[in-house]
Amino acid sequence: MNTAQIIHELNLIFEDVIDEGKVELSLDTTAKDVEGWDSLNHVQIIYAIEQKYGIKFSLTEIQSLNNVGDLVNLISGKI
Amino acid sequence: MLNGTDFAPCFSFYEVLAVSPTTKLIMYAFNHLKKNLKRAFNPKTKLKVALLGDTATQFLAIAIKGYALEENIAIELYEAPYNQIDLQFKNPSSDLHTFKPDFVIVFEAETKLRDDFYKTPLDQRDRFSNYKINQVEDYLNISQTALNAKLLYFNYTEVNDQVFGNFGSQYEKSYIYQCRKLNFSLGEFASTHTGLYIVDLLSLQMLFGINFMKDQKMLIQTDMYFSIDFLPYVAKAVSDIIKTQLGTFKKCLILDLDNTVWGGIIGDDGMNNIQIGGLGIGKVFTKIQKWAKELKNRGIILCVASKNTESIALEPFKKHQEMVIKEEDISVFMANWDNKVSNIQKIQEILNIGFDSMVFIDDNPFEREMVKQNLPLVTVPDLPEDPAAYLDYINSLNLFETAGVSDNDAKRTAQYKEEAKRVQAKAYFSNEEEFLASLEMKGLVESLNDFNLPRISQLSLRSNQFNLRTIRFDEEELKRFGTSPYHQVLAISLTDKYGDNGLIAAVFLSRQENDLFIHNWIMSCRVLKRNVEQFTLNSIFSYAKENNCTTITGEYIATSKNGIVENHYKDLGFKHHNNYWHLSLSDYKPFETQITTI
Repeated sequence: MNTAQIIHELNLIFEDVIDEGKVELSLDTTAKDVEGWDSLNHVQIIYAIEQKYGIKFSLTEIQSLNNVGDLVNLISGKI
Repeated sequence: MLNGTDFAPCFSFYEVLAVSPTTKLIMYAFNHLKKNLKRAFNPKTKLKVALLGDTATQFLAIAIKGYALEENIAIELYEAPYNQIDLQFKNPSSDLHTFKPDFVIVFEAETKLRDDFYKTPLDQRDRFSNYKINQVEDYLNISQTALNAKLLYFNYTEVNDQVFGNFGSQYEKSYIYQCRKLNFSLGEFASTHTGLYIVDLLSLQMLFGINFMKDQKMLIQTDMYFSIDFLPYVAKAVSDIIKTQLGTFKKCLILDLDNTVWGGIIGDDGMNNIQIGGLGIGKVFTKIQKWAKELKNRGIILCVASKNTESIALEPFKKHQEMVIKEEDISVFMANWDNKVSNIQKIQEILNIGFDSMVFIDDNPFEREMVKQNLPLVTVPDLPEDPAAYLDYINSLNLFETAGVSDNDAKRTAQYKEEAKRVQAKAYFSNEEEFLASLEMKGLVESLNDFNLPRISQLSLRSNQFNLRTIRFDEEELKRFGTSPYHQVLAISLTDKYGDNGLIAAVFLSRQENDLFIHNWIMSCRVLKRNVEQFTLNSIFSYAKENNCTTITGEYIATSKNGIVENHYKDLGFKHHNNYWHLSLSDYKPFETQITTI
């Protein structure tokens, strides 16, 4: 699965969880760039990603995330 | 409750429904409940609920509010700041006290309980559960006296800290021993106190397992205890309890017969070949029958709605040795070839209870769908395909939540059965009089005495429909009313060949010179159309005559509920004048009724 595809799917997950309309992520998007991407929604987003791809993140992996690019790398490393 | 209906299509990753991996149960997804908070609802009920926790409760708050909306309840929620349970209760000017909740929910996580336990000095640990119960007692007192709120208290998930291994379960200074003792003591404490309702988290743990309930990662990241997938189940438990406090609970279980109460088809297989008990997969159905019987013993009304010939369907109930449910357990037995919808409607007419208090169990998806479509208020669980899974599935829905039990509950089946016989008998008679005569009714007229005083008072407090002036008497007031020589209370009790109806009507009379004023007239609606009104008026007339009155006066004061007696006095021959209804004794000829005076 390529990066663009994963980003596309992440957009949908973010939109569903944040529920405030369209989300357009790019590799260098960070939490402060997306309205509604707060710590609570973050927990739900991570969980939804785990469900979607059937993968698990460790606490240290989650802590090391700085932007969407890190997240995409983490996902593609596990699927 | 999840009824298998009303789900709008949802095109998102997060589905409306989620399936638990351990139990395969279906439940709303957390994100669906969260979205409810933004959707437009038209809730019937509005409640103020306070949520206090010793872990972060944001998600729990969302789940509780979102789930309540599914039940048409709008919750205004006060979420106390993190870990302030004690402070919020004990400070009379806290936000909790200012908020004035209807319900206070307290959730203490097992992880925090463990911390508390470890902080307890070693020599006091054997009394740890007592300390906690004292605390609950404090919270309950404050809830009742200062807040005037009901207290919902979670019991604790039980996790062995393995400090003592298996031995912990028999060592009273171990954490797991005290945790278990606490859970039991909580129930015991609640059983002797009012206003406290246990949210039985422990039973959910036994069903789902701790690894489904708790998310270690989330606990560390956000200090929230429950996993996202488990939250809706917690919210349901809370909502189930709150609903019983609003008076909405299930009163009646309607059962299909073939492949629901027994395996096979009675009409084809015959009584000896249907599967119950030892035969085939009969154990499945025996389990269902035992469950239904226990519900009946608790006061749930059992009914049958089955497409069958009545005599054939009844045979196992009368003769099959392995049937757990017997004929006398069933209040209304509807076995015929009409459709289930009309049979359930008939059951509703006979029992005179709301459709929303009925549960219908049927193995046939077609029949279920038809009932759901036509009687959307009836709860119709979508049974799994495998009969072996029926009962666990039904139990997981927690359909028969209750807030208490009374001795009277167990007698309900008999009372409704009598009523059903009366209604069925009615169908055989071409005219009303003949039917009434067949009932062999006997009426007893009494003035106030120690025995009937509480019953009359109760009738006056409870009757809304047949209540001419809606004047209510508690026992003290009634006693006082009865002491005046100018006052008289006549209480009517009725029996018939089907059973004892008990005290069903009362009139409160007050003599003013030559006039007898009917201060109030009340009657139970169960005995409408039985000529009890006429019978009662005859009694009023006799009393008036004995006391040298020349007129009887009545008044109707309209309320939103007593429309059925709007023409009560008119129908009895009273004349309307200046808002009052008058009857002159000289004009009155006692009514003929089919009730014999005893």
